[in-house]
Amino acid sequence: MKRFRPDVDAPEYHGPYAPYDIIKEGTIAFLVVAILVVALATLFGSPDEQAVTIRTWSNADPIDFATTALGELNGTTITAHYGAPYNHGSLGQELGPLHLANLVGVTIPVNPIQDFIIAPLSSVPNDHPLRVALAQWHAAPRAERATWVARYTRAAAHMTWSNGHIVVPATRTGPLGVMINSLTQMARSGALDQALVTGHGFYTTDYTKPLLFVADGTYFANLAKHQHLLGAQWGMMNETDSYPGQAWLWLYTFWYQVPPFSSSPNADVQVWAIMMLASLLLLLVPFIPGLRSIPRKVRVYRVIWREHYRSL
Amino acid sequence: MSSPDIERQWTTRLRHRVTGHLPPEKVLPDTQPAYVASWIYVFGVTTMVALSMVILTGFVLAIRGPLWWHTSGVGHYVNSLHLWSVEVFFFAMVIHLWGKFFMAAWRGRRALTWVTGVVTFLTSIAAAFTGYVSQTNFDSQWISTQAKDGINATGAGSIFNVLNLGQMLMWHIVLLPLVAVILTAVHVVLVRVRGVVPPFEDAPPEKP
Repeated sequence: MKRFRPDVDAPEYHGPYAPYDIIKEGTIAFLVVAILVVALATLFGSPDEQAVTIRTWSNADPIDFATTALGELNGTTITAHYGAPYNHGSLGQELGPLHLANLVGVTIPVNPIQDFIIAPLSSVPNDHPLRVALAQWHAAPRAERATWVARYTRAAAHMTWSNGHIVVPATRTGPLGVMINSLTQMARSGALDQALVTGHGFYTTDYTKPLLFVADGTYFANLAKHQHLLGAQWGMMNETDSYPGQAWLWLYTFWYQVPPFSSSPNADVQVWAIMMLASLLLLLVPFIPGLRSIPRKVRVYRVIWREHYRSL
Repeated sequence: MSSPDIERQWTTRLRHRVTGHLPPEKVLPDTQPAYVASWIYVFGVTTMVALSMVILTGFVLAIRGPLWWHTSGVGHYVNSLHLWSVEVFFFAMVIHLWGKFFMAAWRGRRALTWVTGVVTFLTSIAAAFTGYVSQTNFDSQWISTQAKDGINATGAGSIFNVLNLGQMLMWHIVLLPLVAVILTAVHVVLVRVRGVVPPFEDAPPEKP
């Protein structure tokens, strides 16, 4: 006869049975939950903070917008050196010897200079100075462009917003002054929002490019900080205002708050690896000796089935 | 057609198999073992009815499209119902899960019931997440731009682009709910087939 394993096998039940109306139970449960949900929705509602557009960003903080656009040109933004799946800006995060994203490769190509700056500016009609500036940019060798960008970047610390224009005290920066100003004007009119999302034709539901661009600026992060949404503030499990958000992601978000993950450049892939392992352990609890014995050893079941044990 | 021929039919075999494992008295039981007498058992059915509320409110939100709730008071209220259904759903499901853990509810050939429950839990997390990034407001912008780094770092971002609203919305309203509902159905059928796990018998009776 096969040996009885208490954490794997269940004893045959020969005890009494009690009446059980499954339909009545389900109906009552539905009514209780419905009343609870209606009460919570009526009392607390739900958050709906308006989305940030490039137009609202560039009107609220044109210098941050122009600085971000410059960052795309000089390669200092997050998107510029992101790596896969967007570009070859870096190898991406590593898990041991593996750069997982890099192994899969660039599948959603985003070239910040071309996609965020040059292509939108090229779509602006009837702007002769901009046409000349773009022609100068295209005609220049790569080294000369880099020199313009470097000079403009050095002076950008003194950037001001004056009479509706971005002013940077720099000379010999080629077409950059016109390009940055034109892009800022385009952004403030709302045209850049459209130029970035309509990259795939008339219909689109893909907001990858405008979201990456907006997230490169500090304006967006500052708004999130005020709403206690930064990574160090338990990040994306929260919602705006004081709503509970995705509280079930607490363990995932927890790892980002503690060393070594709180300061690791590879925190994302490390935390994901931990959570994948934790999920696998949870899934396979019935098959893992030791883990599957925990319930029998901690004896919480004595509380759950206390009526049963009293009746023995 | 002779009787043996009918008995060999796939349909007949399937019917015998289904009714053998799941006779009507198991599908709609009118009694249950006396040990099923704890508040913890409430959370399984609570999870299911909260899921039905999530789906019902989601249906209403789907009628006028993803942007309706921003411009309509009724739409916003339905969105609130949807949100709080989700909160109640996860609250009940997590308690249900821990309750089943402490009962070691996988015992007695019930491992598949546990596995389908955990997969349903993980699928529900993904379903809720895709909902949060499909809200078309500041929350969805922020959550998606933060979450992309984790998903991209695993390599999964190449096919699961959280910044693509259309893709996320499709996963949220079609793929993941379908999987969650099918898994829930399988989970419930397994519970009905195997029954509720009996208490440990190695525990000595409590002394009065």
